[in-house]
Amino acid sequence: MREPKGWVPKLLIGIAVLYLAVLILLPVLAIFQGAFAQGAAVFFESLNDPQVIAAFWLSIQLAIAAVVINTIFGTTVAWVLVRQEFFGRAFFNALVDLPFVVSPVITGYMVILLFGRQGWFAPLVKATDTQIAFAVPGMLLVTVFVSLPFVIREVMPVLREIGHEPEQAAHTLGASSWRTFVRVTMPGIRWGLLYGISLTLARALGEFGGVLVAGGAVTGKTETATLYIFAALDERQYISAYAVAVVLALFSFTVLIGMEILRKRTEITQ
Amino acid sequence: MFDASIKKRQASRPWGQWSLRAVALIYLSAMLLLPLAAVVSDGLSGGIQGLWQDISRPAAMAALRLSLWTAAVMTGINTVMGVLAAYVLVRYRFPGKAFLNALIDVPFAIPTLVTGLMLVVLYGPQTAIGGFLDRRLGIDIIFAPPGIILALLFVSFPFVVRTVQPVLTEIDLDQEDAAATLGASSWTTFRRVLLPALAPAVISGALLSFARALGEFGSIIVVAGNFPLRSQTAAVYVLSQIESDNQRGASAMSVVLLAMAFTLVFVVDFIQRRQERRNA
Repeated sequence: MREPKGWVPKLLIGIAVLYLAVLILLPVLAIFQGAFAQGAAVFFESLNDPQVIAAFWLSIQLAIAAVVINTIFGTTVAWVLVRQEFFGRAFFNALVDLPFVVSPVITGYMVILLFGRQGWFAPLVKATDTQIAFAVPGMLLVTVFVSLPFVIREVMPVLREIGHEPEQAAHTLGASSWRTFVRVTMPGIRWGLLYGISLTLARALGEFGGVLVAGGAVTGKTETATLYIFAALDERQYISAYAVAVVLALFSFTVLIGMEILRKRTEITQ
Repeated sequence: MFDASIKKRQASRPWGQWSLRAVALIYLSAMLLLPLAAVVSDGLSGGIQGLWQDISRPAAMAALRLSLWTAAVMTGINTVMGVLAAYVLVRYRFPGKAFLNALIDVPFAIPTLVTGLMLVVLYGPQTAIGGFLDRRLGIDIIFAPPGIILALLFVSFPFVVRTVQPVLTEIDLDQEDAAATLGASSWTTFRRVLLPALAPAVISGALLSFARALGEFGSIIVVAGNFPLRSQTAAVYVLSQIESDNQRGASAMSVVLLAMAFTLVFVVDFIQRRQERRNA
């Protein structure tokens, strides 16, 4: 790294700063300005609405459930993909990235095709008298799907870095598999895991298109924070929509700052 | 890496290993493969011809075309600006750099619906900037392709930067210095020394951002709305078909989008694995 000397480096830095300022910073500032346009009192008042609180509560529940599921299964998947060799490993490894590029709308649509009235599992759904499509369970499936890659993708490189020798040593010394996992594997991957969990949480809370299709956005029943924003825009309640958006954005920034701290920490321990 | 010791260890306690593998593969299959199979089989239930019939309707074609060209324009801009931002961040020291670096991750963390809302607040016809552009220059941003491109630029900005950055960090400054000492201009140095080394990462990042853009929904539905033949992208088209209970139309477009996403992911995977092998 060096000091920028001459006009070319300075021009390059100028372009990069200007581009990011216009593309990212300006829109972020605009929404804060929009939310507080009629003062802080109106901002807080629009948040203190039973419908808004219910929407946030559903978002939080879905996000936490998705984090728990993807932490447990994600760690298992990461471990199996790194430590074991088997036919089809490369295929499953590539498959993990799929949710990154599948449109959320299609994700929601998948739930309908599987659990809707004419879905593959319609008889099963009918027999057990549960509702999955156009209900919260379907939204949970979507949330788990869209946030599936994060824990796996953050834990895998860390596992690879550690190598299998520490686990092997523990096992040779007589530790059970569970004990080896808790005492040897877990401490090694914890920062990577935490990083993955932060990303999972942020992605899950922000999900919109998938839960819109799979849940149907019924006020008070299947309305998350993002779906509330969408509905409020439709009803021209702009301040309310901006206020909820600002809260979601603030949460995203908190996660980002937390991750930055985590990254510094992992760099130090390495 | 996978030497004899792994094989031996797997052989010494097969049940634990096998059950873990079973849990992992069943989870991935149930969560990813099963839903995928449902969409693909529904989309292909009328054969390739049926699929073509559903996808060749004017509204479907217009939506697909709009998605493809806006994503292509975004990818072009994003690739140039992403490489530039990565280069500046890796090579130079300047005030505010840490802030700039943190700003790059913002699109990953912010819900895309909120992104769309931000752009409407900034560029909507009633705002200062939007009003100016509309009245003075006759440029519509909201409910028009420029808004779609802006939204795509925002949500996919990190892809190129974050794939190029680590590769650039690995490349020694010495190589660039050597080229410069031998009389190469900074542009020649960039083109002849840096670009060949960066190419796989740049291409991977560009393809991923393109794939991501094809499926983008949350920001676009707010920025562009849902007007068939005018501002309706492929993902929004899928939603409109679901809402009007046209399952065939929704499935056909879904299959086309999935096929493109799949291809891009596997191409990127191929590029990255070839690169790893070369480095090993």
